Amino acid sequence: MPNNHVSHADHVPDNLKGLVADWSSDVQAFKVRWSKAMMWIFLVSDTFIFGSFLSAYMAVRLTTIEPWPNTSEVFALHVGGSDIPLLLIAIMTFILISSSGTMAMAVTSGYKKQRVKTGVLILLTALGGVGFVGMQIFEWSKLILEEGIRPWGNEFGADQFGGFFFMITGFHGLHVSIGVVYLTTIAVRVLQGRYDRLDDYQIVEVAGLYWHFVDLVWIFIFAFFYLW
Amino acid sequence: MSQEEKPFKHPSFYPGDAPETEHPFSLYISVWILLFVLSGFSYGVDYAEVEGYLRWFLVTIFAFLKAGLVVGVFMHMAWERMAFLYAICLPPLFLLALVGILSVEGTWVFHVRSLFMTLTG
Repeated sequence: MPNNHVSHADHVPDNLKGLVADWSSDVQAFKVRWSKAMMWIFLVSDTFIFGSFLSAYMAVRLTTIEPWPNTSEVFALHVGGSDIPLLLIAIMTFILISSSGTMAMAVTSGYKKQRVKTGVLILLTALGGVGFVGMQIFEWSKLILEEGIRPWGNEFGADQFGGFFFMITGFHGLHVSIGVVYLTTIAVRVLQGRYDRLDDYQIVEVAGLYWHFVDLVWIFIFAFFYLW
Repeated sequence: MSQEEKPFKHPSFYPGDAPETEHPFSLYISVWILLFVLSGFSYGVDYAEVEGYLRWFLVTIFAFLKAGLVVGVFMHMAWERMAFLYAICLPPLFLLALVGILSVEGTWVFHVRSLFMTLTG
């Protein structure tokens, strides 16, 4: 086939529809579907946002004269008469990793065009997301109401702690919440048979990329904010 | 319609051709377990109260190992073509430059502040 990369242009009208066709026509350097490439590019830009947040956190934490609050103490959970450090965070990590696992299985089931299995696995993933956000709400209310942590100060150490904590975990929690809505939408469409009619389940993989990214960001927040 | 007249579509357009169709659940379950184990190690570092450079080193290593597993297996990057892999995975490395510059800056600000506190009591 000669001139594959230009031949399609002959059929493209010279108007906005043509513009959209040219920009979305799978004639590209990356031999992946357009939807997948764009999701990845969005995720790279999101990486820079979270990367900037965490770098700023590092820079400010380096500058404080007052010691940085001890996260083991701040995030300890009081269970059965003793404080277990980071217990809630450990459970949240467990839930998010599990939801990433079910999502990976949903993608595989999607490629096998197993409608119900895919839909249920995505719903399970979204349920994990709901659980995660629920625990985050619990964590936030405990820190705000009981420990008195504010964006401008706290009793555990450097004042800047609160601002970074609320900004970084809040922005991540927002991603999880949006992901829950996104995944629920996809799950409903899967179960309705929309992708069977299209004979194309790739959208499940694209949604999966977003969800795995949310897990990926949490790995770094867990490491650098809670454990570092 | 002859072969020549069909509109061109790259083979990757057809999802059935994607290599990721062939991964068994067991692969994902193994990675899942591995992620738990690595998270357990990170948590163990805190629980055992390992401090200083060893703590930072271990926490960072475990985080990057987990990130590698998630990106490589869950997000299928291990099976993508090199052109795509590099286009996605290289740009974030520029963040290392940001981290480097900001750590110099942060250390400098800390010294200036310490000096100020010493001088003003």
